[in-house]
Amino acid sequence: MQKDIQNSNAPSGANGYSNTTATLALAKASFRSIMRSPSAVVFTLAFPLIFILVFGFLGGGGTHIDVGITPGSDVNNPVIGMMEKTGMIRLVKDKTKAEFDKLLEKGNVDAMIDVHRKVNAPAYSVNVVYTSASRDKGGILKSVLNNLFYDKTLKPSVAEIRESTITGREYKTIDFILPGQLGFSLLSTGVFGTAFVFLSLRQTLVIKRFFATPVKRSSIVIGEGIARIGFALIGALFIILLGHFFFGFTLIHGAVTVVNMLLLATLGVIVFMGFGFIISGIAKNESMIPPISNIVTLPQFLLSGTFFSIEAFPNWLQPISRALPLTYLNDAMRKVAFEGLGLWDVKFQIMILLIWGIGIYAVAVKVFKWE
Amino acid sequence: METPKAIISVKNLVKKYDDFVAVQGLSFDVYEHEIFGLLGPNGAGKTTTLEIIETLRDKTSGEITVDGFSVDKQAQEIKQIIGVQLQAAGYYPNLNLVELIELFAGLYGADIKPMEMLEKVNLQDKAKAKYKALSGGQKQRFSIATTLINQPKIIFLDEPTTGLDPQARRNLWDLITEIRNAGTTVVITTHYMDEAEQLCDRVAFVERGEIIALDTPDNLIDQLVNSGFERKKEVKKANLEDVFINLTGKEWRE
Repeated sequence: MQKDIQNSNAPSGANGYSNTTATLALAKASFRSIMRSPSAVVFTLAFPLIFILVFGFLGGGGTHIDVGITPGSDVNNPVIGMMEKTGMIRLVKDKTKAEFDKLLEKGNVDAMIDVHRKVNAPAYSVNVVYTSASRDKGGILKSVLNNLFYDKTLKPSVAEIRESTITGREYKTIDFILPGQLGFSLLSTGVFGTAFVFLSLRQTLVIKRFFATPVKRSSIVIGEGIARIGFALIGALFIILLGHFFFGFTLIHGAVTVVNMLLLATLGVIVFMGFGFIISGIAKNESMIPPISNIVTLPQFLLSGTFFSIEAFPNWLQPISRALPLTYLNDAMRKVAFEGLGLWDVKFQIMILLIWGIGIYAVAVKVFKWE
Repeated sequence: METPKAIISVKNLVKKYDDFVAVQGLSFDVYEHEIFGLLGPNGAGKTTTLEIIETLRDKTSGEITVDGFSVDKQAQEIKQIIGVQLQAAGYYPNLNLVELIELFAGLYGADIKPMEMLEKVNLQDKAKAKYKALSGGQKQRFSIATTLINQPKIIFLDEPTTGLDPQARRNLWDLITEIRNAGTTVVITTHYMDEAEQLCDRVAFVERGEIIALDTPDNLIDQLVNSGFERKKEVKKANLEDVFINLTGKEWRE
């Protein structure tokens, strides 16, 4: 590398050729080209922003209230039975006290309920703990409970209701939606962009013309990669900042969180570009790219927790969700942005992404076509 | 006349695709500073031969040296001293001509001024235009500009005038002659015999992957005439193309 840079001004001659110069020239050309390509801008910025706007203003949508049952609570009582019947309340059981505390603080569980039979009495004592992380749902739960407790069949059996609220971080819809949209943006940039560019460069013989120059194949791939990653990161930064300043997206550690998110974005887009390389090799013409790309992107778009938490999916669907790379990128993004974790804390998610990356590129090397 | 020096030497070149032999035992030399024409019908093996010399394609057997470099072992060195214009090649999408020239300058590691390159092929007015928006003749001139970026010793032009109108074609001949006069060797393929006759110092006729004749256009014509050949129709002092040029003028229509 060092030698390359020193010789970069020598115009010709066998030893004066600089791969770095060639790579950067390609990166610059590719970046210019991407910035002028309407589809790249639409997929990377416009789509995610539209979804963020829609969900940012819609705020929530489906009303499900997750209520944790405090360990040790009586479960065979009419109170809990009635709660289940409302259809609005999802009961969360079988977690330890510590796990519940965390969930409650993040607002993943909207409230905790603890029911005990009063000593020497036929009635029950109900203890409800709300969280400020989920105030609106707490409010709904409160009115649901009030209705229940004044129900004539239940009223005699409930002796007292004690309510309290713990202080948690406020978890807004944007905190869930934005990382998901960011992941989706990276996925489409990586897959569609890479697939289209390499197929069209191959078909219009641009790559063949490049091969008539002293440029190395690795320079072509790396140059293209630098441009695409650069573009994806600018898009990501734009989405994060817009979300933060206009929709109150939570960035726990400020700039550090942003940098961590961008590092995750880089990893994500590199992995997703692998899909693009594969598709450019398989597709016979440009019209085949969208359907093949959609096979890759749509399931991840829907099942990787882009819009809904994958915990909301039926049990049989969850293993599929947990197999997709975008799930782990989204998961890591949310943990970093909202919970303020460092990259080392999401090493498991990063590892899964790396495994996907290795697998994808192993296939890409086999199916990618230069000519 | 001094003895010409061969800058490209092709010996017994063979190229086989599975069961099809595209090139069978071609041998020829291209001399320094000449315009050398490879002529022949479609599928005769002209493009394959060019692409093997340009190091873009592997050969099956034979020996080729370009300015002393072997295509087998010194492909990188060869690429640095040649300029290549491919038949029907496109350019990076969404970039204008100046940006494309900058890209190629980077790829060749050449330090050039893009506008000067465009001036060489009279495209300075189109500097901000996209390649796709150019006319056929402009596209070919731009392609030729990209072959000159690394100040090559040899340029290869694969059917550069196909599909051009008479004005653009004549203009391209002038450009190619200028490039040769500036010291660059030119290897060209064409289907137009009038073009080869006007432009080329020597031509090789390729048929089914073999060279069936190689000489100066003058000598080849004399040989045919000496063998007793006569045109069926008396040749007039001008042809229809002369009429076309005379009526529509010599200027380019672009």
